[in-house]
Amino acid sequence: MALMLKLAWRNLWRHPRRTWLTTGAMVFSNVILVFMISMQVGMYQMMIDNTLRASTGHLQVQARGYLEDQKIREVVPQVKPLAKQLGGELDLDTVAPRAAAFALASSADRSYGIQIVGVEPMAELHVSSLPGLVVEGRFLEGSNTEEIVIGEVLARNLKAGVGDELTFMGAGRDGSFAAAVVTVVGILESGNPEMDRSLAQVPLAFFQDVFTMDGAGHDIVILAPDLFQVATVKSEVEALLPTDEDLVALDWEQLVPGLKQAIQADMSSAMFMYLVLIVLVAFSVLNTQLMSVLERTKEFGIVTALGVSPGRLGRLVLLEATLMGLMGLVIGVVLGGALVVWFSFYGFTFPGLDEMAGQFNLPDRIYLPVTLFGLLFGPSVVLLASILATLYPMARLRWLEPVDAMRAA
Amino acid sequence: MIRGKVTLRLAWRNLWRNHRRTLIMLAAVIVGAWAMIFSTALMRGMVDDMIQDGIRSLPGDVQVHHPDFRDDPSVVNSIAPPTDRLLGVLEQPEVVAWAARVRVPAVVSSERNTRGVTLVGIDPDRERELSFVADDMADGRFLESAEDQGLVVGRKLLERLETDLGKRVVVMSQDEKNEIVDRGFRIVGVFESSMQAREDGFVFAGKATVQRLLRMGNRVSEIAVLGTDYRHVEGLRRRVEEAAGPGVVVQPWTELEPYLASMMGMMDGFVLIWIVVVFLALAFGLVNTLVMAVFERVREIGLMLALGMTPAHIRAQIIAESTLLLALGLAVGDVLAWATIEPLKGGIDLSIVGEGMELWGASAVLYPALRWEDIVLANVVVILLGFIASLSPAWRASRFEPVEAITKV
Repeated sequence: MALMLKLAWRNLWRHPRRTWLTTGAMVFSNVILVFMISMQVGMYQMMIDNTLRASTGHLQVQARGYLEDQKIREVVPQVKPLAKQLGGELDLDTVAPRAAAFALASSADRSYGIQIVGVEPMAELHVSSLPGLVVEGRFLEGSNTEEIVIGEVLARNLKAGVGDELTFMGAGRDGSFAAAVVTVVGILESGNPEMDRSLAQVPLAFFQDVFTMDGAGHDIVILAPDLFQVATVKSEVEALLPTDEDLVALDWEQLVPGLKQAIQADMSSAMFMYLVLIVLVAFSVLNTQLMSVLERTKEFGIVTALGVSPGRLGRLVLLEATLMGLMGLVIGVVLGGALVVWFSFYGFTFPGLDEMAGQFNLPDRIYLPVTLFGLLFGPSVVLLASILATLYPMARLRWLEPVDAMRAA
Repeated sequence: MIRGKVTLRLAWRNLWRNHRRTLIMLAAVIVGAWAMIFSTALMRGMVDDMIQDGIRSLPGDVQVHHPDFRDDPSVVNSIAPPTDRLLGVLEQPEVVAWAARVRVPAVVSSERNTRGVTLVGIDPDRERELSFVADDMADGRFLESAEDQGLVVGRKLLERLETDLGKRVVVMSQDEKNEIVDRGFRIVGVFESSMQAREDGFVFAGKATVQRLLRMGNRVSEIAVLGTDYRHVEGLRRRVEEAAGPGVVVQPWTELEPYLASMMGMMDGFVLIWIVVVFLALAFGLVNTLVMAVFERVREIGLMLALGMTPAHIRAQIIAESTLLLALGLAVGDVLAWATIEPLKGGIDLSIVGEGMELWGASAVLYPALRWEDIVLANVVVILLGFIASLSPAWRASRFEPVEAITKV
């Protein structure tokens, strides 16, 4: 084996220029793959994390059908005790009850139809990043006080500031008229225009009074310790749900299907491009290996005549390609990795990211994560493709006729 | 001239001396060219769709508003309908269509549910050529005139309100004095849209009916103008601005939808980067092929030089080979790309990731857009860079010392 290795290595350097060019093609694609895949991993994680931590959470308990129809009658009864019980059983602080309804909100000179959400201020601190995004005033404090926090765009639209009164009118759970006067205590700015335009939160108990909820709410938001534990927490929650009610536990993929699909759509177009790159590299390797086999026809003829089996020659050619592939992998991973490490400290940005950031809850600089997957996945596929590309030149050796081969010019 | 012909013929024959190598390289160029054009067409299609009727809720390349309307889309910030002077510009052939609309936030309630929406008062005849509703009627009828008393809503909203075609709903909004106004409307039509946010967020009524409801006389919220080319709207914007007079702002869509504008810019940059990356991946193989071709022919080239062929001629010879190979690959790749895009012209159904596409701002059906500029760009970039890449091997070949080259074994 050591002999084979030595032979393969020497064969590679018979044409140093050719070997470097082929390796260069691999290094080039590997650097691009390492950088792009690391960036995607980073962006997707941030998209998911930032979106879910804003308010959706990893899991929600809702009445069956509420997600689709969002009807005020589809409730989780006794939402507060149930949230408390779930939090206790799961041993998590990150459980918060909520309720929501549409209403017409009016300030002194503007009226807007908005969705008003009732929240438990204390619990909300654990599941949502919104309480930390108050830019003026404060977040809600009491549980049954007549106060409201609103998004920054909504505040502008309503021409209302901290201390101003808003009235809202809507329909309660039983269809009755619901109305109340509340004082704006805080203004939130999330950076996502859609959210800042629609956000309005009041204390849950107060909400339940106004909309005659009778202790009920619409969802219980749960944040798992991290994204990978969502499935486990989900099955635990499902086991804990009271059986006499028609409640379901929904994970984030069900709650915001758009998020996962946006990632999938982006991923599949990226995959197509990676595939093209890899195919091009494979062609390059195929070409090189085929040439290197063809130009050695005479030599191969002699060694087969001397008793070396064609299979062994095939392994030699395969070993050459593998060595070349490994060289491309190592150099590519080192260079690409250096790039990723650099951008993991200094962040990466490109024109247009700023606007995209608002759409997808991203920061305006992306700090690339250094992950094993990001570093090795692309280059491994390239290595595999190079080895596959060598199969055809290898197969040609099988048909080698020693005598004809020796006579080849 | 004769020399040029000879050079070409020689180049052609040289290419086919080693047909395997040429075929492999050709295949790589074809795959590269195809991938460049094919994926560019898909990306273009997506962005075109986003801009032409994706998340632009109500289109118009150039829009006239009250200066405060964007910040505060209220009935207060309305403008006068087009004057004769403005009409003069709007009747020019460079304007494909235009419409004046009333557009205010409102709340719509059925007996069972309440939702916040945008109420749009339209002139159906004008809007037919502009906005999305007229083509997407799923049930019932479209509005018939500005005086129409009916309401057209999206399918999703209909479900959320638990109401039906022919039933009545109440629409609430405010007038200029912030008095709450409301009116019952009969639902006369239901539209469907590839984007859920649209089906959920807009209701349409006759412009005059809405103006009476809001007590705003004949004033409107916006005048939308559709030009012939959304990529170049500045000229149109300036003419509309001149004619519209003071007291209003005239903005191109790029200012109204910065996310879309930045996506368009980003895509232009990305197309070029993608073409260059694919080319570079090809270039390694191309240079490799040329280096090998030169290496095999050292003696022959030496002989030619000894016979009095100038080094310049040798260079031209090598470059002609490379260009011929690229041109052939590009031609086949172009045709292949066209042949794969043509059957997809009717649209690619992406509804599996529909909500994800919506988050990106595109609809669930992707129409690839094959554009001349992109094809030309891809071809020119490849030929130009291919020329540069073949300079080095060509230069080496022309610098051989004839005597040494001939005697080389």
